Amino acid sequence: MKKIISAVLITVMLMTALSFLTACSSYDNTLYVLNWGDYIKPSLIKQFEKETGYKVKYTTMTSNEEMMIKLRSEDCIYDLCFPSDYVIEKLIEEDLLAEINKDNIPNLSNIDPKFLELSNQFDEGCKYSVPYMWGTVGIVYNTELVKEPVDSWDILWDEKYSGQVLMYDSMRDSIGVTLIKLGYDMNTRNPEEVEAAAQALMAQKPIRMGFFGDDAKDTMISGQGALAVVYSGDAMLCCDPDEGNPNLAYVVPKEGSNVWFDNMIIPKTSTKKAMAEEFINFLCDAEVAKENTEYIGYSTPNMAALALMDESWTENPIYNPAQDVLDRCTIFHDLGDFLRVFEEAWNKVYFEN
Amino acid sequence: MKRKILAYPYIFVWLPIFVIVPMLFIAYYAFFDNGHFTLEFVKNLSDSMYWSVIARSAWMAVLATIICLIIGFPVAYMLSNMKKSVATMLSIFYILPMWMNALLRTYAWKVLLADGGLLSSLLGLFGIHAKLLYTQGAVLLGTVYNFLPFMIMPIYTTLMKLDRSHLEAARDLGANGVQTFFKVVLPLSVPGVISGVTMVLVPSMSTFAISKLLGGSNYALLGDLIEQKFMLSSTGYGMGSVLSLILLILVLISTAIMRRVEKDNGTEGGTLW
Amino acid sequence: MKTLGKVFKWIYLVLTLVFLYAPIFVLIVFSFTESRTMSKWNGFSLNAYREMLSDAALMDALKVTLIVAVVSAVAATFIGTVAAIGINSMKRRRRMIVENISQLPMVNPDLVTGISLMMLFSFIGLSSKFGYLRLILAHTTFNVPYVMFSVLPKLRQSSNMLYEAAMDLGCKPTKALWKVVIPDIMPGIISGFIMAFTLSLDDFVISWFVADGIQNLSIYIYGLAKRGISTKINAFSALMFVVVVTLLLIVNIRSMREEKYAAAQRKKVAKSN
Repeated sequence: MKKIISAVLITVMLMTALSFLTACSSYDNTLYVLNWGDYIKPSLIKQFEKETGYKVKYTTMTSNEEMMIKLRSEDCIYDLCFPSDYVIEKLIEEDLLAEINKDNIPNLSNIDPKFLELSNQFDEGCKYSVPYMWGTVGIVYNTELVKEPVDSWDILWDEKYSGQVLMYDSMRDSIGVTLIKLGYDMNTRNPEEVEAAAQALMAQKPIRMGFFGDDAKDTMISGQGALAVVYSGDAMLCCDPDEGNPNLAYVVPKEGSNVWFDNMIIPKTSTKKAMAEEFINFLCDAEVAKENTEYIGYSTPNMAALALMDESWTENPIYNPAQDVLDRCTIFHDLGDFLRVFEEAWNKVYFEN
Repeated sequence: MKRKILAYPYIFVWLPIFVIVPMLFIAYYAFFDNGHFTLEFVKNLSDSMYWSVIARSAWMAVLATIICLIIGFPVAYMLSNMKKSVATMLSIFYILPMWMNALLRTYAWKVLLADGGLLSSLLGLFGIHAKLLYTQGAVLLGTVYNFLPFMIMPIYTTLMKLDRSHLEAARDLGANGVQTFFKVVLPLSVPGVISGVTMVLVPSMSTFAISKLLGGSNYALLGDLIEQKFMLSSTGYGMGSVLSLILLILVLISTAIMRRVEKDNGTEGGTLW
Repeated sequence: MKTLGKVFKWIYLVLTLVFLYAPIFVLIVFSFTESRTMSKWNGFSLNAYREMLSDAALMDALKVTLIVAVVSAVAATFIGTVAAIGINSMKRRRRMIVENISQLPMVNPDLVTGISLMMLFSFIGLSSKFGYLRLILAHTTFNVPYVMFSVLPKLRQSSNMLYEAAMDLGCKPTKALWKVVIPDIMPGIISGFIMAFTLSLDDFVISWFVADGIQNLSIYIYGLAKRGISTKINAFSALMFVVVVTLLLIVNIRSMREEKYAAAQRKKVAKSN
């Protein structure tokens, strides 16, 4: 008995020591990637490793804020991250990003100029970032439970759907849509407007099922909720004929909404910039981008990839919305010090009841 | 060589660096902002929001602990009365779930609690139709589920060590089963109960993520608040540190009470294993 | 009456086990669905298992979890045992003080431990380049007291006489320690090690604050929980569950057999006398 235990122990220890050594020795050709959970097709990482001989260490984050904390640390280890638009604006302002050498990314020409132009709003001249995925924020609703047409954020406050409304568990998104509902700007810097939004969200409590992350889609697919604020990429899965629920539909309300980008950036501290650029170039390849977007379900800004995809994707208004939808959507901007006001409002909504 | 020298590296290097200094950091951040002493963060506590979260968390923790005790004590008692080999085997089955990721197990409850899920269908058979998921009850259930083994094991190990001759003596002196239980077993199990209560009360007071997964963030607790203050706030560590200190004070008070009870009882506590 | 009590007892035990294992059962069932999420059953398939194997990040997380658990458990066992031997031979008052401080990481909420260590690491500049070291140090810190407090009672039980006898017979103190004291307290060391290993395996909160550059399973899963857990995680946990159960069953059946064998031997001896 004792012998078995010690034998097992010794083998385990040897194995750990071994993997420890390999982990250390391979440090120099390892690319450290920080991304959202399940936000890249795993086989593509393997493909990249095979093609280049690099190792990719893939770590996941759960929020932009968390990623910012990691990037701010002095000797941050990451070589490539995928933050959202307004965060990039802040990161540029804090001088945390490395300028991308576009000569190393010939596939950049695959990216639709329309999106590069939108990117200009937070990254002047697209010096620091390359678009990865994009989408809108809207409402997924269950047509079995919601018989009326859905075209306004107001329906999220309708008492008919008490306990069946799912809000998004993110400060900017939830306060943002509330600001729009109230007729204000999502990027407002008026404390009274933010306070009004907080009050509205607090008044919504009995109607709200809760604040959800991307698990809102599970809840909607299993038919438990009537209305949910989601990203268009998650709406794709909700409305998918195989994985989703046929009764679900998606709409971007008429008052307008948020259009967002997750872009690829290289932290200034990265010592493997060229390798990171190689990876960015790889992900911008038409074939690769197609596989990736089809796995994740979020929209790609890659027009060459789009050209390869079939109609079920390109003609889908959730995946590829019409221009007029895009026109009524705005991008989040960094709020600077005013963020504090948002945070206080959000705390109140979240914890006070 | 004196044997007590062996403890010196631990006492003079390990303890200060990894236990004491880190705690001082929290105290530092609670009272210093950019190197200047400030009471700003402490003053923020006048906001009733913080106290309602604290009160809710304490109440949930107490409830979870009581439920764990009610469910766990009989299990431990039954186990301790079995043949040793069977009891060891069974007790392993009570620890085994801990080897599976706790978050994942909690997440799986969502499937069970969902409308039209197994549990609500089962209750439906008895004519009970209730919303289960995203309620305070769901958060409570998640907490009890996560920490129940921490209640069972210390009580079990204490009862195991219990000298059988005490029971026999009680029987010989004419006590019946019920009397033996209340007059002998229960008092002798107090140390185990104390360890169990501490081991459940402390983590359930500071738990986070459970309320997110099962409560839909509607019943956010002190743990969630502190996590948010540290991970999602642009204003630094101040407020989070103050709240951590409060959590710490709550925990120290409750362990002090436990110690007191234990001392009055005059026996040593049980362990998890 | 007695059988009725027995039936009731078993029903109760089975019910509590069902409570503990129901979510695990759900996880396993949904590892065989065609669908990528647990939201609905799409027919039987082994898709999830294929996806699991192709997910390098998941495999990495598993590696990190195991390495951290083994290394931190070994380190904690070493530090805890050595410290316990030293502390045990200290004078009563000092011993009480050291023991009380040592308990801090046990009583301290995980949340506070995690945050305070995060502050410490960023202060001393232990950056994300030392991802493993950060996690291992943090896990060792909260594991040490668990080992210590499972070794200390064994030390108290073991008498000093054997150690002194060995010395009288010409043993050097180190050798006496190694040959006499350590074997005597071995059960405490082993159970301390297992406990440390389990706690490290199951930890989420401390890792969540401390990890940087690498991630363990709980952090990986928490990241997914926000995106909706995909069934490859179910496949993974199903496999892990099977492995753990088999291991434990093998170990236990063996020890049960040995017990039986020993009992039989004892009977034989008794008879021949």
